[in-house]
Order: sequence, then C-alpha cells, then structure tokens
Amino acid sequence: MLDLTYDTPKPRVIAGAKYDWELVIGMEVHAQVSSNAKLFSAASTKFGAEPNANVSFVDAAMPGMLPTINEYCVEQAVRTGLGLKADINLHSAFDRKNYFYPDLPQGYQISQLYHPIVGEGEVLVEMGDGTARLVRVERIHLEQDAGKSIHDMDPNMSFVDLNRTGVALMEIVSRPDIRGPEEAAAYLGKLRQILRYLGTCDGNMQSGSMRADVNVSICRPGDYEKYQATQDFSHLGTRCEIKNMNSMRFIQAAIEVEAKRQIAIVEAGGAVQQETRLYDPDRNETRSMRSKEEAHDYRYFPDPDLLPLVIEQAWVDHIGATLPELPDAKKARFLNDFGLTDYDASVLTADLDSAGYFEAVAQGRDGKMAANWVINELFGRLKKDESTITQSPVSPGQLGQIIDLIASDAISGKIAKDVFEISYTTGRDPAEIVETEGMKQVTDTGAIEAAVNDIIAANPDQVAKARENPKLAGWFVGQVMKATGGKANPKAVNQIVAAKLKP
Amino acid sequence: MSIDESTAARVAKLARIKVEPEALPALAGEFNTILGFIEQLNEVNVDGVEPMTSVTPQVLKRRADVVADGDQQAKVLANAPDAREGFFAVPKVVE
Repeated sequence: MLDLTYDTPKPRVIAGAKYDWELVIGMEVHAQVSSNAKLFSAASTKFGAEPNANVSFVDAAMPGMLPTINEYCVEQAVRTGLGLKADINLHSAFDRKNYFYPDLPQGYQISQLYHPIVGEGEVLVEMGDGTARLVRVERIHLEQDAGKSIHDMDPNMSFVDLNRTGVALMEIVSRPDIRGPEEAAAYLGKLRQILRYLGTCDGNMQSGSMRADVNVSICRPGDYEKYQATQDFSHLGTRCEIKNMNSMRFIQAAIEVEAKRQIAIVEAGGAVQQETRLYDPDRNETRSMRSKEEAHDYRYFPDPDLLPLVIEQAWVDHIGATLPELPDAKKARFLNDFGLTDYDASVLTADLDSAGYFEAVAQGRDGKMAANWVINELFGRLKKDESTITQSPVSPGQLGQIIDLIASDAISGKIAKDVFEISYTTGRDPAEIVETEGMKQVTDTGAIEAAVNDIIAANPDQVAKARENPKLAGWFVGQVMKATGGKANPKAVNQIVAAKLKP
Repeated sequence: MSIDESTAARVAKLARIKVEPEALPALAGEFNTILGFIEQLNEVNVDGVEPMTSVTPQVLKRRADVVADGDQQAKVLANAPDAREGFFAVPKVVE
C-alpha cells in the first residue's frame, strides 16, 4: 500500500496590535451513536417522532427504574475507537455528572469521566494543499444525551421533549493539536467521514447527530512547541470553550472572532477568564454563557446503578476484523491502483457511495478516465439536479459502457457527452443509444477524405489563408465535423486536413 | 473536611432544595457528622486492593439493540404539573 506522507501545515498566525499570536484549539465532538434503541433503555432513537413518544420510564427517571446498557452501543463505541487507531479499555465504568435542568429528568447525565471505554487514538487531517495535521484523540466516552427544550412556543413557558433523553452519544475528545480555524473544520470533516465509513454515526449535523464544543486559547509563537516538548499546559494561554457548534462555517468564524477577543484582552494587559461561551452568528461574536456564581459544579461520582463495563479482548478482535476499509487506506489504494491525482482520490473517497460507484466504473478500465467521467460529468450533472450519487439515473455499468465506446473509438469524447445526457435523462443503455441514434463515429478515412476534399474545393480563399497561417486549419476541421454531423473521428480529421493543406 | 454554612447553602442550591438561612447551621452540622463517620474509612490501608464493585460475582447486564418501549406519551406526562401538546411545560428557562 502507498504510504501517505504529508508536510505539517503552518499554524495560523493572527497579528495583534503589538505582537503576533498563534491559536491552540482542542475539540470535544459529540457524535450520536447509530442504534435502534437508547443507551440504557429500549425506547426508540428515531428522529422526528411525536413529542415524548420515544420515552421509557427509565428515560423519564421514574423512581425505581434501573438502566440496562445497550450492547450494540458499546460495540459501536469500540468500533469507532478501532477506526481511530485507539486503545480500547477492556475495563471502563460509568459516572454521574450532576446538574439541574428541565430537560434532564434524572438530575444527572450518565457519562464516563474516570474510566472511558476508548483511550488514545489519532486522526490524520489533510488540508488539501499537500499538508496534513495528525491530531491526537485523548479519549472517547459513552454518555447519555439530554432532552430538548423549546423556548419559542409560549411567551412564559418552556416546552420539554424527552425523545432525545438517553440516546447514546460518543464524546470524542481531542488533544489541543489543532492550530487554526480551517484545521478545526477539516478535523471535524475527517472525523465525520471516518464515522460514516464505520457506520457508527450518521454524521448529520443539521439534525444534531454531530455537535462540537471548541476550546480556544492563544499563545506567542514558540510557546506551543514548548508545550509539545513537555506536555505542560502552562506554556499555553487560558482557554475558553465555545459550546454546541453544529456548522463547519460557524466553527471557523467563532474561532476567528474568539481568538481576536482574547488577543485584545491580553494586549490591553488583562487576563482571559476560563469560561463557557456561545457563538452568535447574527452578530459574529461570542458571549459568556454563564455568570461565575452559577458556575457548574458537576459533583461527579461513580453511578451506583451500574457495575463496571468489562468487555473481552476476543470481542474487540472480532469487531476489529469486521472494520471496513477506512478513508486513508482507500485513498492510498485509489492513488496507487488507479493512478489518480490526490484531489480526485479525495473527492472519490469522500463517502462510501461515491467510492463504490467509482470502483465499479473503473474496474478493468482506465482509472483516470473513469475518475474524470465520474467527477466532471456525473457529479457535475447530479449537482445541477441537486441530486446525490445514490439517486444517479446512470448506473456504473452504463457509465462504463460510455468509456468503453470512447476507448474503442466508436464515439468521440464530444459525442460521448451527448450520449451521457441521453442516458441520464432516459436511463437507456449507451451502447443501444449509439446504435439506434446512429451516433457511431466515422473512422473510415476514405469517407473523411472525401468530405475534406469537398470543403477544400468549395473554399479556395480559406485554403490560401490557411496555407499562410496553419492555425486557420481549425476552421476546416470544424466544417468537416459539421458536414459529418459530428460523427467523424476528430483525430483522423485533424490529420487529413493538415496533410491536404500542406502547400 | 469540614462543611461550613456557606458550603451547606451551596450544596442545597445545586440540588435545588430550599433551605431557610436559620436551618443552615444544623444542616452543616449534619453534613459534618456524616463526613466524620465516613472518614473513619481513611484509617484502613487499601494499597493494592482491587475496588470491590459488588458483593456477589456479577457482571453488568446488557440488552440487545431492540426497540421495545415507548409510545406512552400520556403515561410519561401523567405526573407533570403542566403539560401541553405532548410536551412538559415548565417556567421559561432560557439563558
């Protein structure tokens, strides 16, 4: 397998009024586990149900109800850990994180503070310019989601829906290895891609299946390297946490504006207060979320309702053996086996459906040509229809036929685009279209020669000009193509025209 | 560890339990009695002792990923002081 090697990207530098500053970013990504039932109850996780329809008495925290863990959610967390090349902890445990809020009927969230199920892993974040950042993952733990509060249905009341209460989340915690807003968005994008490959999270950011808390601090150039060498956080600035972001664009804007806020405070001789902030996209600013006296004190303690979670190495190995080919490996294989450019390989491995479609087209054909047709023609056409690859009216076999027709000189690249359009709109087979519509190109040099002779005979003035300026030969080629209804082999026409125009 | 009145007030507030100021000294005293009792455990040397999580040899029970509960909106809302249109209705809590 081809090894993917990249240079390290340069950290983002922001010029303050007095000094240059670098950014240091760590992210906590909450990814909803793809499962039928919740983490500790048998209620459904389905999105969009009637309010409070997907609620068991465990989720509603009725007295006497006990949580029982969903084995599949544990398996999904293990699978995610393996996909991020992380250590799996065979022994983990659940803790209670206590806080008061109307959409948290238990009064605590069951989480894994002290003994998470997944330990250290890593994510390779490509920046698209030949550089990539290796971001370390500190841990992944399983926890319950809270319910949903709706504040705009009544002027005096908040409405609470517990359907989401107790749905399994994986909290994926990175080290502060991210060095700019673009890297933060790219990290989230790569994580989303890996989770979707693994099938452990659908990655739908609009419906809240993936949300991120972003920790931002600033430091002077050189300080970060001291932190990396010692892992001593005192070399870094005080961080602020921007909560609950579910848009790549807003994450970048929020980091940018938060860094500038911190720079202004520090350059004016002040100190950044460690706190939780919210990003307001309308005003493009971050605001303090809670005043200090209300600062959360979660009073974590081991959940007495749940024994430690002990899993077997054999089970972990079994899950590991069923992992799909992951994005980095697939991309390396596409580069190696099909001779694609880095860009094309990235586009085609963005999701499994695209990758699968491409592979079916490229099987036994020219890889670069297959990539061009899938990316430029098919993706372009689908985009025009706001459609996706799974809805493509042209099957991989049909697109492959078009490529075969070009390769065998049956049609030109130009005619192929017309054939593609007909196939796309009607679903007909390209081979049949070419046959029925008489679109086969003329490769018979005798016929082409005759057409060239006719045009030369009819246009003596053009001939004279073209003999002085060979660039004008293109006009003759165009006339011949017109005369043959575009079916003449362009290569043959070019050669014959050039030969005939020779003085 | 000793609990003073302000710590007792804070713990009460975090638990959303209303305690009148005149009750705080007694509450702090009770906390200290409880903590004092538990602190006796510090006298035991537990170096190298595995934490005991159960008195019987049990493992964490697991369930299969099957939906077998829910669709009981009326029951879930039955004890709510106020419920409207399928939601719990609570005093406005927007930050």
